[in-house]
Amino acid sequence: MKIVVCVKHVPDATAKRSFDAADHTVDRAGVDGLLSELDEYAVEEALTIAAAGDGDGEVVVLTVGPEQALDAARKSLQMGAHAAVHVVDDAVHGSDAFGTSLVLAKAVEKIGSDTPVDIVLCGMASTDGAMGVVPAMLAERLGLPQVTFAAEVTIDGTKVTARRDGDVATETVEATMPLVLSVTDQINEPRYPSFKGIMAAKKKTVETWSLADLGVDPSEVGLAAAWTSVQEVAARPPRSHGEVVTDDGDGGRQLVEYLAGQKLI
Amino acid sequence: MPVDRLLPTDESRDLLALVRQIAAEQLTPRAADDEAASRFPRDVFGLLGRAGLLSLPYPEEFGGGDQPYEVYLQVLEEIASAWMSVAVGTGVHALSCWAIAGFGSHEQRKALLPDMLGGEQLGAYCLSEPQAGSDVAAMSTRAVRDGDHYVLTGTKAWITHGGEADFYLVFARTGDDRTRGISAFHVPAGSAGMDFGAPERKMGLTGSTTTQVLFDGCRVPAGHLIGAEGQGMHIALAALDSGRLAIAAAATGLAQAALDAAAAYAVGREQFGKPISDFQGMQFLLADMAAAVEQSRATYLYAAKRRDAGLAYSRQASIAKLTATDAAMRVTTDAVQVLGGSGYTRDYPVERYMREAKITQIFEGTNQVQRMVIGRDVVRAARG
Ligand SMILES: Cc1cc2nc3c(=O)[nH]c(=O)nc-3n(C[C@H](O)[C@H](O)[C@H](O)COP(=O)(O)OP(=O)(O)OC[C@H]3O[C@@H](n4cnc5c(N)ncnc54)[C@H](O)[C@@H]3O)c2cc1C
Repeated sequence: MKIVVCVKHVPDATAKRSFDAADHTVDRAGVDGLLSELDEYAVEEALTIAAAGDGDGEVVVLTVGPEQALDAARKSLQMGAHAAVHVVDDAVHGSDAFGTSLVLAKAVEKIGSDTPVDIVLCGMASTDGAMGVVPAMLAERLGLPQVTFAAEVTIDGTKVTARRDGDVATETVEATMPLVLSVTDQINEPRYPSFKGIMAAKKKTVETWSLADLGVDPSEVGLAAAWTSVQEVAARPPRSHGEVVTDDGDGGRQLVEYLAGQKLI
Repeated sequence: MPVDRLLPTDESRDLLALVRQIAAEQLTPRAADDEAASRFPRDVFGLLGRAGLLSLPYPEEFGGGDQPYEVYLQVLEEIASAWMSVAVGTGVHALSCWAIAGFGSHEQRKALLPDMLGGEQLGAYCLSEPQAGSDVAAMSTRAVRDGDHYVLTGTKAWITHGGEADFYLVFARTGDDRTRGISAFHVPAGSAGMDFGAPERKMGLTGSTTTQVLFDGCRVPAGHLIGAEGQGMHIALAALDSGRLAIAAAATGLAQAALDAAAAYAVGREQFGKPISDFQGMQFLLADMAAAVEQSRATYLYAAKRRDAGLAYSRQASIAKLTATDAAMRVTTDAVQVLGGSGYTRDYPVERYMREAKITQIFEGTNQVQRMVIGRDVVRAARG
């Protein structure tokens, strides 16, 4: 079984995050970054699936992004993934979900050129962009079935059964490999790397590919090719002090009035 | 703000990042509650073991991480910043494994070390007795050979992890010579004839259990003797130099946490129309605290580097223990001062840090004993 996990390097949400003043893209160089927390669930699920059965599954992590994005792949290798691919190319800068999914799709195809890929795993969304559409676009580009937002996955041969928890109903979805699968933060408890994992990761293969290696025309990706553009960014105003409701017997009524006044109910 | 550290390799940088992540996600959030409830966090040691943090300084052949002390101690320092009881427990566990790793037979190492270093088996180190504290050679617990067993009788005092540990490294008298009559034994939990006193009611480090360990005709297979008969004192003291460094590192981490809490409070608290951190009187206080923390770190790292280089480091280990633990006491006391009335309440962690700092001046050799060790070495050198 060969599994590709798409992982993203995102700015640390606990650090000060900013946008580039010139082109309004997320400043990825000036801040500390890390493996998107939501992708840790995908890595964990991939490792679990690969270790099941005869345990000879192979997990390849794939990341697209600047130099330091390699850290996200490295963390995944430390958790136990077997190999990594890093697509790095200046022309990728500013890509939207369409551009990113194109690069990912081409990279997955290249990874599968020797032995075919059975599962492409993704997190449910990135913790910075938070669009959650890349898995669906990726499936479309690869011509594979998509099972998204899985909260539980069972594998039986080439059949994949997933539970999707919606607001009003829980669905059980089946698909056959190869497929694209995205998982939620309910699916597992991602492991911590161990020191042995850290040492082992140093010896694992990391391939670095450019757009040319993937046969992607640079004009199809990047800021210029994006379908949307950011006109302006402004810092969020500091949080105002909340409104304190003192309960003199009619606290409940006051709360309801407040919520209704804010059109929250 | 994470401490900006000088680390020797890429893997040690990744290791410290992992430790910070585990500390922030698994230790910091529960430390105050578990300490308040005197709850021993046994599960945490399993987690640290699985992450490979309990075996860092041990050789690869035993499943260890083969890391220099310079790196291992900084890991311990980070753990202490998040939760002192866990750092002390990690240090005590390492002390308890030391005897088997350093002096155990091939069979003992093969059978016992993997689970000890992997954290499945938690250790306790039983040296002190009610009448043998600073003067450890005054111990009276006896081990008498009876066929293919030793029979242990006596009382060990102040044992960290008493009643919680899976194995006990016990020092007992096999002869009458004050120092050469002592031997070391591996005693698994549940051995018949071993019992525990009630947990001590301590002023701090309440998440770490401390009890007497009572031996009343406890039969231990002769194969559980570590090293040779009479080698016990040598084994105990060999471990203590490393143990002192661990306490120095842990005290440094505790002081760092106190400094961080004090600095964060000082920039947020306003009096006389501005943050108290704007007052020179406050900045000087913070400056002295920062200087003390960095002196501690530099001092223990110097001793660690001597150890890593294979040089004698006993004197430097004592100096590091003395420097870092006295500094931790001062820094944590000053942190309470910086927070004013709030610092004196249990709503902030600094009063706990202050209570935790005190024990570091007492165990693993009181600071008077450290001065004795250092002083003797100075005099010996002067006499030539
Ligand atoms: C929380 C806690 C955990 C502990 N964990 C362990 C453990 O896991 N294993 C273990 O074996 N022990 C442990 N100990 C015991 C600890 O190491 C001893 O308490 C310590 O060695 C001091 O011994 P004592 O308490 O008998 O004090 P004493 O030796 O009676 O000392 C009392 C005072 O006299 C001073 N003093 C003694 N001799 C001299 C001298 N020659 N010159 C000047 N001053 C002197 C001391 O410095 C001290 O101030 C622990 C203790 C505590 C409180």
